Amino acid sequence: MAGVVAAPAGQAGLAAAPARGLPADSTPWLLLAPATLALVILFLLPIGYVLLLSVTDPAVSIAHYRRIFSVPLYTRVLFNTFTTALTVTGVCLLLGYPVAYVMARRSDWVSTALLICVAVCFWTGFIVRTYAWLVILGNKGPVVAVYQAFGFGAPPRLLFTTFSSILGMVHILLPYMVLALYSVMKKIDPNLLRASASLGARPAASFRAVYLPLTLPGVVNGSILVFTICLGFFITPILLGTPKDMMISQLINQQIEELLAWGFASAVAVVLLVATSIVLAVYNRFAGLDRLWG
Amino acid sequence: MGTGYLRLRNVVKSYDGRVNAVDDIGIDIAKGEFITFLGPSGSGKTTTLMMIAGFEEPTSGTIELDGKDLTRQKPYERNIGVVFQNYALFPHMTVAKNVAFPLKMRGAPRGDIARRVDEALDLVGLRAFAGRYPRELSGGQQQRVALARGLVFRPDVLLLDEPLGALDKNLREQMQVELKRIHREVGITMVYVTHDQTEAMTMSDRVAVFNQGKLEQVAPPLEAYHRPATRFVGEFIGDSNFLAGRLDPAGTLLVDGVGEIGGVGPRPGLGGGGPVHVLIRPERLRVPAQEAPTSFAKVVKMVVGGTVNYGDSLLLIGKMGEVPLRVRVSGGQSSAIQEGAVISVGWALEDMHLIAKA
Ligand SMILES: Nc1ncnc2c1ncn2[C@@H]1O[C@H](COP(=O)(O)OP(=O)(O)O)[C@@H](O)[C@H]1O
Ligand SMILES: [Mg+2]
Repeated sequence: MAGVVAAPAGQAGLAAAPARGLPADSTPWLLLAPATLALVILFLLPIGYVLLLSVTDPAVSIAHYRRIFSVPLYTRVLFNTFTTALTVTGVCLLLGYPVAYVMARRSDWVSTALLICVAVCFWTGFIVRTYAWLVILGNKGPVVAVYQAFGFGAPPRLLFTTFSSILGMVHILLPYMVLALYSVMKKIDPNLLRASASLGARPAASFRAVYLPLTLPGVVNGSILVFTICLGFFITPILLGTPKDMMISQLINQQIEELLAWGFASAVAVVLLVATSIVLAVYNRFAGLDRLWG
Repeated sequence: MGTGYLRLRNVVKSYDGRVNAVDDIGIDIAKGEFITFLGPSGSGKTTTLMMIAGFEEPTSGTIELDGKDLTRQKPYERNIGVVFQNYALFPHMTVAKNVAFPLKMRGAPRGDIARRVDEALDLVGLRAFAGRYPRELSGGQQQRVALARGLVFRPDVLLLDEPLGALDKNLREQMQVELKRIHREVGITMVYVTHDQTEAMTMSDRVAVFNQGKLEQVAPPLEAYHRPATRFVGEFIGDSNFLAGRLDPAGTLLVDGVGEIGGVGPRPGLGGGGPVHVLIRPERLRVPAQEAPTSFAKVVKMVVGGTVNYGDSLLLIGKMGEVPLRVRVSGGQSSAIQEGAVISVGWALEDMHLIAKA
């Protein structure tokens, strides 16, 4: 018994020896210091500065925020940003789910080929992919050429429309959705579907009652990912979209570049930040989904 | 046992078009029978089971149930329950929902479902756990839920693929007893897959021994043990001594390293003087205390090379001349025998089982 009691005392003595004036348990904090410092300097300070600007530039007031939520032009940008993000998320989900399903359920070359396609998409820069759409949908592009080859006459306007903007964003964000779904689907035991079939469930019923519920964590993960990235999208809507579909980031850029309205731009940025945080907070409540069925 | 409720006829399955994972299996399973597919890993047991369940389609051959051809039916059109080794319980459903699933899929009325789920959970002793999720149960409990789910819709046949493989030894033995009780109570036809010969011996009405996709023997466990049809079966089930020999038409057996043993008698299919395997189970070999009794067909000298003490029995591993020999004696008579000792070992005619050499 005595030995058991003595041991911790001995350890405490050892730990205290090299402390040289610092508290004995300061080592973890010292190790964390560089990361904390980087986080504060690179992240918290700029955000704090933006926050400060939004209520102090050019004068101390919350007038910028009032303007954002009362001037129709700006509320329309907010509304448009959210509906665009929702549309893109929905289209990504509809297109991505079957792709991820095939990737996860087949174990032959089809699965490998799809995975390579998705990965190549994922690693190709999004500016490159955006410019590719400029070429494909442009006046001298293949779509127009095919259209005219069939003699349908003058092609409809494809580029610089809501359609092309959403198409571009879907293209860029689809890999995120597919990979988020795939990682969840791959973990689903194939025997569950066999079990369900042996218990009398037809394929459609198996999918509805077993597969779909088990992939919901992937649906939530992928949708959150795509939605939040889409909220802050900038280059693609500028290059492929129309000014009337302006998104929040474009508004921020416009305010700074063209009007040097730092205060107002900061306020818009804060609104974007808060909106994203709300989405993530809601997600956090549902994050249990993953663990619930793990 | 040849009435053939579930019949497999010349069933062949090849995954790659070159090798047959299951090679011309034919077997008749009686209604209410507990039959075990026994064989080493990779011998085609699971593949055969998956074809009965309908998850895999045979490359050729037919599967019949109660006179109807099942071969091309989808799994959900058959009325066959499956219990998987990893349980395959639906993780997002409670125990009660899992067990209710097959009834719901069949459109059973609500009240009916509740009553039958309760009955099924009673059968496996898990009524109190109805509201839990699978992840909140132990392995043994999950396996019992899988069993309840596989039985609740009164399938024609229940297939079990190494259902106890993931459980520890004590729990496994407990579940073996439980499974037998359930089989008695429900009276359903069960096809059980295992690579554990003890499990097969203790539970089955008959065992079907698989080797490299082929059926070696289908027989009651004791028959497979005492009268294996092939050397493979003799070696796979239980401990064995195989001696090489030749049986002449007069009924005299000449065993390599032992000599002549007379009076073995003509045996059907073996008399032509061709080579035979002579199987003698280690526990059938006896170590006489003093003079060997005259009932022995042969007494030989064996040099004990090593001993393994199991408490209830002692295994002597040694050599009779150049031929290795394993002898199992009961625990009580063990103390006197040391390594390096030379002992007499004898056996009677009926302790030998002869198998034609392929
Ligand atoms: N889905 C599959 N695709 C290709 N080969 C398979 C598949 N399933 C099993 N096999 C092969 O078939 C043979 C029999 O396997 P299996 O039926 O699982 O044996 P057991 O259940 O007796 O261990 C093995 O050689 C295995 O590699
Ligand atoms: Mg198997």
